[in-house]
This record gives sequence, structure tokens and C-alpha cells, in this order.
Amino acid sequence: MKKDKFIISKKNFKSRLIVGTGKYKSMQECAKAINLSGAEIVTVAVRRVNITDKKKPLLMDYIDPKKITYLPNTAGCFNSKEALRTLRLAREIGGWKLVKLEVLGDKKNLFPEMIETLKSTEILTKEGFKVMVYCNDDPLMAKRLENAGACAIMPLAAPIGSGLGIINEINIQIIRKQTKLPLIIDAGLGQASDAAVAMELGCDGVLVNTAIAKAKKPFQMALAFKNAVIAGRQSYLSGRIKKTLYGNPSSPKSGII
Amino acid sequence: MKKKIKIKLNGKLKAINYNSTLFNIVQKNKIPLTKVAIELNQEIVDKKKLKSINLKNNDKIEIVHFIGGG
Repeated sequence: MKKDKFIISKKNFKSRLIVGTGKYKSMQECAKAINLSGAEIVTVAVRRVNITDKKKPLLMDYIDPKKITYLPNTAGCFNSKEALRTLRLAREIGGWKLVKLEVLGDKKNLFPEMIETLKSTEILTKEGFKVMVYCNDDPLMAKRLENAGACAIMPLAAPIGSGLGIINEINIQIIRKQTKLPLIIDAGLGQASDAAVAMELGCDGVLVNTAIAKAKKPFQMALAFKNAVIAGRQSYLSGRIKKTLYGNPSSPKSGII
Repeated sequence: MKKKIKIKLNGKLKAINYNSTLFNIVQKNKIPLTKVAIELNQEIVDKKKLKSINLKNNDKIEIVHFIGGG
């Protein structure tokens, strides 16, 4: 079997599951769930250091950035200026150039603000960043992001944290057909089968946070997502049968007694 | 009594000694330098040069790190 590679910005990854590190009950729970998920890339947020409580645990003490690729995000940024400031700071922490750009446009539905996202992608790419872009599921906008230098296209399945699964499979398929860039479903998945569907549509990977962190049993769900991504990818590569309206017996019609 | 100046550190108003450097602030607050980025008045600061940066009245310092996020 030909080796099935998952390459982002010239780096080869074994796992096609990217996980978020937010919303867990504790750092320990987060670290264990990541370990069980098999993810090699995790998203992280940039926030103020707690000056008053110095005993607060640090993410880097639980998830080693030498072993797991940190993908700094711009969560909470509502314009290009804020997003650029955040990612420049992220790079300063320790040389992070692979980043997740996420410029939000509305506090309620958390949809991406695509004009600001496009503008930020252009600037960040010129500054040497490798930009994985959270975007809506619009094929035209995805093309523009690609032309602006994005290193991965990351359309939403549904609003962040909604758990609705892929709302518009057709658009995801169109984006898949038009781009050779890594296509990663980011946001909105609710259960492991949603990840399998994404992979069966031909996506290169999925990014999941809430569905694992807020499941009743996060560790079990981390494993479920790991398996679903593998199963979905294998299913995609296997070439599914054609759908037909009527039945087609699995046992031979001849020799019936 | 030593002369004091007022600065903002991560949004909190602080009175510090006149002639303090950014390095003094980092040291006093036990900031793990390898795990943070520092901004002075919205400009990123080179962490190697903290000792040579003298703070002025009304300076705004932001020290950030990575936390859990999606």
C-alpha cells in the first residue's frame, strides 16, 4: 500500500486528528485526552500570564512542545489588527511560525469574519508565517485564501462548539475538488462519526476540541475520534460503492434449491 | 523615600521604583522567560535586551503565554 502522508507546511504527521486544549476540567485531563487521541498537533491560545497567582499550572509543563506541535490560535480576535498582534506574540514565545488564524465576526454564531481573515492571511504569509486558516465553507473564499498563501484551508463544519456536525457536505466536497492544500474540518463536530464523515468526504484531517473536552467521558471520546479519523480515511481511500435505489443481493442468484 | 512611577502590568496598575528596568519587573514576578512573550506599549520586546529597557511613567507591559484553547 502506498504510504498515506499527511503533510502540513512540509512537515509529515502520522495522525490526522488535531485537537484543541481548551475547556478541559484540568491540565491533567487535557494532557491525558491528547495522549489517547494520538494527536501530534494541538491548538493553544495566547493569553496574559497570571501575575497574581504564580502557582497556576502552565500548559507547557503538561504538554511538551518538543513532542507535540503547538498551533497558536487567534481565538477571541475580532479584527485583523488583534489577530496579527496575537500571532506575532506567539512567534516571539519560541519561534512558532505554524499558526491557526481565526478572526471571528460575531459573538453569537462565532462565524469567521472573512474579509479580515483574508487580509490577515496575506500579511502573515508575507511575514513568513505558515497560516492554517479557519474559514467558512465557501469554495470561492477558500480559493482566495489559497491564492493569498494559506498553508491549510480549515472550513467549519458548523458553528464552533455547536456539535452539529457537517452542515454543508456539498461545499466541503467542492472545496476538496478545487484545492491540493491540506483541507481540515475545523469546528462544529459533535461525535466521532462526524469526523469519519469529514474524512470520507476527502478531508485531510479534522480539528476537534469541545466534542472531546465536554463529552461525559473525554478519554473514551478521544479514543473514539482517533479511531473514527483512521476509519474515515481508510474508507475514503478504499473507494466506496455506488449508491443504488433498489436492492442487489449479496448471495448468488443461481443454484437456489 | 525612593521616587515611584506608575505602570500597567497585564492591565493592572502598579507603582514601581523610578529607574526600574523591564528585567526587574520580570524577575520580581518570577516570569519564566522561555515560556512568554513581552510587549511594551504594544511593541514586542527582545527578551535578551530586558536589562537595557528602562521603564517610564504610564508604560504598559503585557506578558503573555500559551494556555488551553481550541
